[in-house]
Amino acid sequence: MPKSDNAAVQELLPLPPATFHILLALSAGDRHGYGIIQDVEARTGGMLRLSPGTLYRTIQRLLEQGLITEPTRRDTRLDDPRRRYYRITVFGRTVARADAERLAHLVGLARGVGLLGGTS
Amino acid sequence: MIGLYRALLRLYPIGFRHEYGDEMAQIFAQRAAGASIAGRLALLLAAVLDIMVNAAAAHVELLRQDLAYAARTLRRTPLFTLTAVLVIALGVGANTAAFSVANFVLVQPLPFPESESVVRLCEGPRTGPTGWGCNNQLSPLNYRDFREQTSSFAQLGAFNRDAVNLVGGSQPERLPLARLTAAAFAALGVQPLLGAVFDSAETGADDRRVVLSYGLWQSHFGRDPSVLGRTVNLDGAAYVVIGIMPRTFYFPTRDVQLWTPLRLASEDYSDRGNSFIEAVGRLRDGVTFEDARADLDVVVDRLAQTYPENAETGVSFFRMRDEYSPRFKLMLQALCGASLCILLIACTNLANLLLVRAGARERELAVRAALGAGRERLARQLITESITLALIGGAAGVLVAVIGIRVLSVLIPTTLPIGTAPGLDLRLLGIAGLFTLLTGLGFGLVPALRAGRRAGFDALRSSVRASGTRQQRYRSLLVAIEVAASVVLLIGAGLLLRAVLRVQAVEPGFRADGVLSIRTVLPRLKYSTVERRTEFYQRVLQQVRALPGVSSASYTSGLPMVLTGGIARVVLPGEEVRPDGNYSVSRRYITPQYFAALGIPLLSGRDLEETDTGERAAVAVVSESFARRYWPDEAAVGNRFLYQDSTYTVVGVVGDVRVRGLERTSEPQMYLPASRMPTGPLTAYDPKDLVIRSSAPPLTLLPAVRRIVRSVDPDQPISDVITLSELLAHQTETRRAQVNVLGALAVVAMLLTGLGINGLLAYTVAQRRREIGVRLALGAEPRRIARGVVWDGVRLVLIGIVPGLLVAYWAARFINALLFGIPPADATTIAATIGLCLGTALLGALIPAMRAVRVSPLTVMQAE
Repeated sequence: MPKSDNAAVQELLPLPPATFHILLALSAGDRHGYGIIQDVEARTGGMLRLSPGTLYRTIQRLLEQGLITEPTRRDTRLDDPRRRYYRITVFGRTVARADAERLAHLVGLARGVGLLGGTS
Repeated sequence: MIGLYRALLRLYPIGFRHEYGDEMAQIFAQRAAGASIAGRLALLLAAVLDIMVNAAAAHVELLRQDLAYAARTLRRTPLFTLTAVLVIALGVGANTAAFSVANFVLVQPLPFPESESVVRLCEGPRTGPTGWGCNNQLSPLNYRDFREQTSSFAQLGAFNRDAVNLVGGSQPERLPLARLTAAAFAALGVQPLLGAVFDSAETGADDRRVVLSYGLWQSHFGRDPSVLGRTVNLDGAAYVVIGIMPRTFYFPTRDVQLWTPLRLASEDYSDRGNSFIEAVGRLRDGVTFEDARADLDVVVDRLAQTYPENAETGVSFFRMRDEYSPRFKLMLQALCGASLCILLIACTNLANLLLVRAGARERELAVRAALGAGRERLARQLITESITLALIGGAAGVLVAVIGIRVLSVLIPTTLPIGTAPGLDLRLLGIAGLFTLLTGLGFGLVPALRAGRRAGFDALRSSVRASGTRQQRYRSLLVAIEVAASVVLLIGAGLLLRAVLRVQAVEPGFRADGVLSIRTVLPRLKYSTVERRTEFYQRVLQQVRALPGVSSASYTSGLPMVLTGGIARVVLPGEEVRPDGNYSVSRRYITPQYFAALGIPLLSGRDLEETDTGERAAVAVVSESFARRYWPDEAAVGNRFLYQDSTYTVVGVVGDVRVRGLERTSEPQMYLPASRMPTGPLTAYDPKDLVIRSSAPPLTLLPAVRRIVRSVDPDQPISDVITLSELLAHQTETRRAQVNVLGALAVVAMLLTGLGINGLLAYTVAQRRREIGVRLALGAEPRRIARGVVWDGVRLVLIGIVPGLLVAYWAARFINALLFGIPPADATTIAATIGLCLGTALLGALIPAMRAVRVSPLTVMQAE
């Protein structure tokens, strides 16, 4: 099982954009592959459209790294038995949060120098 | 369209496709369902791009993982890795080296345009075998007739070989040279790098032009292009440099540095027996070698009928490509055979190593298979590992090959116009590498496939014992093959070693130790008369003889084994025809003390003396076989013989010398006083080699001798410094090189075989620990157990020896010509080989046997 200490988290940062978005999509609930693609597309207003190749190569890596898992017991309401569902792990949440914080910190820095117009 | 998409998905690694292929196809189908035709097309295009990029990335990712895994496993077993890499390096390197040299000498075209059309023409016997290469030189008369009466040649030119003194550098130097007619250069068809070669226009009486070799241009003129048009001093005459040849141009042999025009004067066309040139030609387009030969034969017959002196004269006609001793071919073929044996041993050894490793890893692989790693995934990993191993081994093999080629370049015949250093042949490296790679793949993959095939639990329970027996049989077979290949190598190396020893044991007829020889060839321009030359010899000899430690010194027209020709025709007074048909004797012009200097025994009569001049000079010393041939029933001293219109009186008889070399029969020898040397323009029979016997180490004399020569003539170069011991060692040089290489290969083969036997027996003992333990517990004698293990090893050797001996016998008959009379089924060699093999088996069995005896029944029982 993955170590959840800070070093293990930091090792994975920064996350590639596709990875970050997939984790965001799964934060809201279990999804199958196509569901992830649709969710990401909707969330980004069509800016990011994941290709199946990128999606599943990322999923494979996320599974290996322990950021997501394939649930053995599924939410019956969602269930489409032909599809494989993915669920974010605790470790995955930690990593996604850490990356989000990193981004927020960067945004803060940009504000500080007036790059984003508004003052702090 | 979905079918097409599924086909494209095949580009992904199998594991990935199995895992996600269906999902991806579903997504694709879902998207395609709602789209228009154009939309679908765009979708397909995007999919193609997506798959190509991501599939490649997935493969790279896997490769990275597998390489890391391979590096880890190889590092974890350093002994295995090191042995495997060494075995591969040796197999690949030895083969690449041997075949590179063989290909360079035997196969590659000579560095001339359309080199297959370049032929050589000399005189030879009209009937009977002509041997290889130039049999006898041509007379200008015969050359002219061949040139005018044949139609097969686009070009036919003449040349001869000589050497000149180059004066003007830091010290005078003697350089090999060839004189060529314009047609000879045209026949070779090589354009000069700079300037020009001779053309037919200018061949006046004073044609003093010279073409330089690239090597000479580099070493003496710093590759300065302005050397064109400058003059150089050759034998005291000024020659204008008109051209520089390219680096790869050699003619007629590698050592020739300069080319000057060959002029044939009218007096050269006076006598058909006056043969001193050779010919080189280029076949006309569409004319085959055989056509040309038939064309020449017609002329030979015509000349033989027209001129009685030509009655026995034929031609030796050969492709320039073939101008080397067939012995070199045989030697190189033997080497190639030997290196193939090594490759076989290397491959079997590698296979064996991999099988052992597979046994050890079967559990690991089974565990991984049980944990869900697909068969394909395991195979891919093992393939990566094998390729990594092969690549590392191959890289080390390149190193072995580079060193090997340098060692083997001794086996490049000097008679061919090619360089000394063949390049590494990458194709050959590739082929040898491929063999080991295939071996690695074959034997590296077996365990993976087996691990994938077998049910997980079964393999986990007791993987090792289950597959033991069959693998055991494979491995015994592999070791037996190694033994057989080793036997072939051992027998070959042994026979050749025996041959070298036999050649070295041949009495040369002179005592080589303590003799120094240097050469001073006196240029004709400066030393135009016999008197001037004699004066030079006497002044040099007088001072050399006064040096401390020098016991005797003499000048000769040629050292034995260096000047192998110089054959003359001798009859007795009143004789037209010799009863036995033998006329040929070997001729030398010498000053007094020659026999003392070379340690040739004086059997009767006296040495030549300083007073043998003028009228008294028609005297000769002859060798024992000379005396026996001409005067079988009486003493030779006091008898007379005829040579070149003069009658000579024998004043002494000396021992025979192997003039033609240790491995050939030599003509009887006659020694004439230096003052009788020929007066014509050719310097070939002038006394030129100074031989000095001293009690001091020969080479320590050199500075003093150089000083003496310089004091007599400051422009006179010294060349060919050699001790007679070196000269004698030179006789067996190629043989020794070959034996060293073959011997080294045989030793390595034996070591590898020993390792193979050891590995197999150690494995068997480890497998049978339980059985051995039980037997020991039941009171079996440890000695019997040990004997059983040793017998297993001996049996492996016995199985391999029989086919090995058969192949070795066949191979030995193939190289019979190299064996110098040692029979191919030489009992000594065979006995030694069998002894060595059994010794290796015993050594290989030693440690496993000891381990078997030390098995403790108690521990074994407890472990179960």
